[in-house]
Amino acid sequence: MNVQVEPAKLKAKDFASDQEVRWCPGCGDYAILKAVQMALANMGAKPDNTVFVSGIGCASRFPYYMATYGFHTIHGRAPAVASGVKLANPDLDVWIVSGDGDALSIGGNHLLHVLRRNMDVQFLLFNNEIYGLTKGQYSPTSQIGQKSPSTPQGSVDAPIDACTFALGCNARFIARGIDIQAKDLGHVFTRSRDHKGASFVEIIQNCIVFNDDAFAHFTEKKVAKETQIHVVHGAKLIYGAESNKGLSIKPGAFELEAVTIGENGITEDDILVHDETNKVLASLLVAMKPPAMPVALGVIYCDPAPSYEQAVKDQVEAAKAKGLGDMDALLRSGNTWTVS
Amino acid sequence: MNLQTDPSKGDGADGTQMSEADRDSIVVRFAGDSGDGVQLLGGQFSQATALDHNSLATFPDFPAEIRAPIGTTYGVSAFQIKFGSRMIKTSGDSPDVLVALNPAALKVNYKDVRTGGLIIVDSGSFTERNLKKAGFDVDPREDGTLGEHRTIEIDISALTLEATKQFDVTQKEALRGKNMWTLGLIYWMYDRTTDATEKFVAGKFGAESPVAQANIAALKAGHAYGETAEVSGDIQQTRVAEVEFAPGEYRLVTGAEALSWGLVAGCELAGIDMTFCSYPITPSSPILHILSRLKNFGVTTFQAEDEIAAACSAIGASYAGNMGITASSGPGIALKTEAIGLAISTELPLIIVDTQRAGPSTGLPTKTEQSDLFLTVWGRNGDAPMVVLSARSPGDCFETAIEAVRLATKYMTPVFLLSDGYIANAAEPWMIPSMSDYKPFPVSYRSEAEGFQPFSRDEETLARPWVKPGTPGLTHRIGGIEKADGSGNISYDPENHQRMTDLRNDKIANIAKDIPAQSVELGNDSGKLAVVGWGSTYGPINRAVANMRDAGLDVAHIHIRNLWPLPKNLIDLLGKYDKVLVAEMNNGQMLTFLRSQTRQDIDGHLKVTGQPLTIKEVEDAIRARAQG
Repeated sequence: MNVQVEPAKLKAKDFASDQEVRWCPGCGDYAILKAVQMALANMGAKPDNTVFVSGIGCASRFPYYMATYGFHTIHGRAPAVASGVKLANPDLDVWIVSGDGDALSIGGNHLLHVLRRNMDVQFLLFNNEIYGLTKGQYSPTSQIGQKSPSTPQGSVDAPIDACTFALGCNARFIARGIDIQAKDLGHVFTRSRDHKGASFVEIIQNCIVFNDDAFAHFTEKKVAKETQIHVVHGAKLIYGAESNKGLSIKPGAFELEAVTIGENGITEDDILVHDETNKVLASLLVAMKPPAMPVALGVIYCDPAPSYEQAVKDQVEAAKAKGLGDMDALLRSGNTWTVS
Repeated sequence: MNLQTDPSKGDGADGTQMSEADRDSIVVRFAGDSGDGVQLLGGQFSQATALDHNSLATFPDFPAEIRAPIGTTYGVSAFQIKFGSRMIKTSGDSPDVLVALNPAALKVNYKDVRTGGLIIVDSGSFTERNLKKAGFDVDPREDGTLGEHRTIEIDISALTLEATKQFDVTQKEALRGKNMWTLGLIYWMYDRTTDATEKFVAGKFGAESPVAQANIAALKAGHAYGETAEVSGDIQQTRVAEVEFAPGEYRLVTGAEALSWGLVAGCELAGIDMTFCSYPITPSSPILHILSRLKNFGVTTFQAEDEIAAACSAIGASYAGNMGITASSGPGIALKTEAIGLAISTELPLIIVDTQRAGPSTGLPTKTEQSDLFLTVWGRNGDAPMVVLSARSPGDCFETAIEAVRLATKYMTPVFLLSDGYIANAAEPWMIPSMSDYKPFPVSYRSEAEGFQPFSRDEETLARPWVKPGTPGLTHRIGGIEKADGSGNISYDPENHQRMTDLRNDKIANIAKDIPAQSVELGNDSGKLAVVGWGSTYGPINRAVANMRDAGLDVAHIHIRNLWPLPKNLIDLLGKYDKVLVAEMNNGQMLTFLRSQTRQDIDGHLKVTGQPLTIKEVEDAIRARAQG
C-alpha cells in the first residue's frame, strides 16, 4: 500500500545539483544561485515540479546547478521555449534565467512577447551591463562611453533600462534586486512566484572580470543607504542612513524628486506612499538613477491580470466539454460520397 | 491514401496526343481579377464534380497580392481543374476551356489553351480602359490574336446585373455575382446541378439575405443561359461519365487539410496531445487555421511572435511531454534552423512542416517549388542528422503526417515533413480512411527513477528516455552543449563528442530498418531508364511514365518518400537501370543528393517556373533518353 508521507522540509542545498559550479571566482552569479536555492526551500517549492529554462550566456548556465528540471536552450530564446513548456503543462513552476545580452539584445523580441502575453513564468534578468561569456563586449545596458573589445574608443550606443522596457511590454510584475542582497532577493523571488502571470525581476549583478564595480556607486556598503530605496507597498517611500530622505512629486512638474524631511519645510506628510498597482508611479520609480535619485529596489509594480496559458487551456477545455473530437467523424464532415 | 488504378487507362493511351484532352478528361481554367471570386468558383465546381463521381485534380494559382489594382495582369487569379471518367493524376497541362473574366485574365492565360480549345470571355469587361490596363494595344478579339481558338463572347457583367436587379443589393454587390453566373453556365456545360452551391450560398449569407438571393439568381441565370441555347451551338453540353472508383466513402481534400488531420490522427495513435506553434506565412498558414479549430481533439495552437519562437515553443512543448509541432515555408524554415539543431542535440521529438514555395528569399510566395531539399536534409550547423519525409499528393499528406508522428516519438528526433504550395492548395478525391485501419503506436514516458540516466539509450531504437518534467525523482538538466554519453552532464571530452556525434548519426541511420523498402511505382525493377521523383511531382511523372510505357518505351517510375534516411535498397535499385533521370522542381537538388550517394551517372529534368511539371515535358525528357 502506498502511504503518502509529508516530505521533510527541503533545505537550500536540496536544490543544488551535483555539478561543479563554473562561474569565475567572485562572480555575482554565485550569490544569486544561493539566494534562489534558499528562496525555493523557504517557499516550499517542489524540485520535481520546478523547471529552469535559460538561453545562452554566463547567467544561462544556471539550470545546470539546480536540482530541478532544467533546459539550457539557445541564445535569446528561453522565453519561447518556456512558453511551450507552460502551454503543454500549465501546472509546472517555470523560471527563466537570462542576462542583459540574452534578454534585451538577441532575445528582446521574445522577452517583449512573454511579458505582454502574461505567460505565468518568472523571468530573472541578471544585468551586469556586459557580455561576459564572449569576453567583454558592451551590451544593450552598457553605459555610453563603455570601453570594451568592440568599442575601444567607448560605446556610443544608447542603453535601455531593463525595468522600463519590461513596463513598456505591459509586464504586470516588476521587481529589482542586487546580487549581494540575499534576503531582499529572497523576498522578491517569493513574490514573483506567488504572482500569477509573467513576473520580471532585474538583478543587478557584478561581473568581476569584465565590468567590475560597474554598480559600486550604489551597491557599495558605504553609499548603499543613500543611493538605494527599498520600496514596500503601502509604506512611505523613505530611504537614507537617517531614514530622513524620501520621494515626493516635484511641485509644478510631473516627476519625482528626492527630498529631505526637515529641510525646506518638508515633513513626512509630503512623502509619497508606495502603491505597487500604480503603473505611472512604477514608470517613475524604475527610471530613477543615482546620484540625483536613489535606485528603486523591491517589488516596484504588481497588478495581476489573467495569465495567457490559463486562457488558452480554458478554450481547449471548453471545446472538449462540448464533445471530444472524433477523428472518423471529422474526416467525414462536409460533402462526401460513397462508391459501392 | 492515393487512388490507384490501372495506369494504362491514362492520358493519351494511344501514345500520340498524350497531353491533349480526349473524351474522358477535360481541363477547365477559370481566370479573373483577384477580387472576382475565382477561387470560390473553382472550389464549388470541384465539389460538384466530385459529387458527380468524376476523378479530378485542381490547381489554384493566385498572386501574392491580396487585391492587386483591378484589371492588371499581376492581379490575375486562376483556378484550373482537370476532371474525367478515369483516374486524374495532374491538374492538366493545357486547358481545353478558358473562362476569362477580364482582358488581363485573357492576356495572362490564352497562350496556355490547347490548339482548338474554347475561350469564353466576359465581353462586358472588354472596355478600352481594361484593354489598356491589360497591355493590349488592339482588342485581341479583333486582331486574330486568338486565331486558333474558338472564342465565345458573353456579356457576363450585364447578364449578372440583369439577373440580380430585382434584389436589394448595390451594383457593386450585384457584379460580385459574376462568378456565380459563370459557375451556373459551366455547371450547365458539364450537366451538373446547382443544388450544392445554392445550399452553400444560403449557408454562407443566410437564405433570406438579398446577397444570397442575388448570388443564387445569378447562378441560376448562368445555368438557364446555357439551357436556353442562346449560345446557338457554340457550347455543347458534355456529360463526363463516372469513374470506377474503388468501393468506399470519398471526399475532396486539400493537402493542408489532409496534413493537419494526419497530424491530429498521428497524435491520437500516439496517445499524446498536440501543441502546434506557428507563425503566419504563405502557403503554410492554412494548417494553423485548420488546427486552431480542432481544440476538442486536445490540440493547443499558439501563434508565436516569430518563426524562431514558433520552433522553440514547439520544442518546449515536446520537452514537457506533448507532441510539439511547428510549420512554415522556406524563409521561415531558414529562421528555425538553429532551434532544430537544439532539438537534434537534446534528442526531443519535434515535427517541422515545410510547405515549400519558390525561393530564394521571399521568392514567389504563392508559387510552388521543391527547393528545400538541401535545407532540410543538410541545412544545419554541425553534424545534425534528422528524419525528412515528403508527401506526394493532397491525400498522401494524411499518411505521411501520421508517419512523421510515429518516427518523431519512437526515435526521439525532429522530423521534417515536406509538402509544397501545389499540394497544400490543390484538392483531389480521397478515399476516407478509418482510424481502425491504423495500428496505434502509444508513446511511453520514463517514470522509473532506478538507474535513470537522461542520455541512456534503448537498445533497439537508440532513443533516449522521454521524461516529463513533474515526474517525481527524475529531475535532470539538458541543453545544447555537448552532453556526456549517458549522464547528459556537460562534457568537453574529445572522445565523448566523437561518440555522441556517431550515436546521433547511427540513431537516424538505424531508422532505415523501420521504413518501407524502396519500391517501383510503375514498370520493372530493372531496365533502360528509371525516372526518379519525390514530392508533388508524383502525378505528372507517373502519368508520363505510364504513357511512355504504353508507347513501348522501357521506363520505370521510382518515387522517394523517405528523403532521410533513404530506403536501404534505393541505391542498389537505381544501379539496375542503364539510365536514371531525376525530374524535379528545383535546380538539381535531388540530382546532386543522389549523386552524392552513388557513383552512377544520373541525369536531371529540372524546372523552376513556379508551376507544376507538365506530363508532356516529362514525356519529352523520357523520350530523349529512352529511345534507341
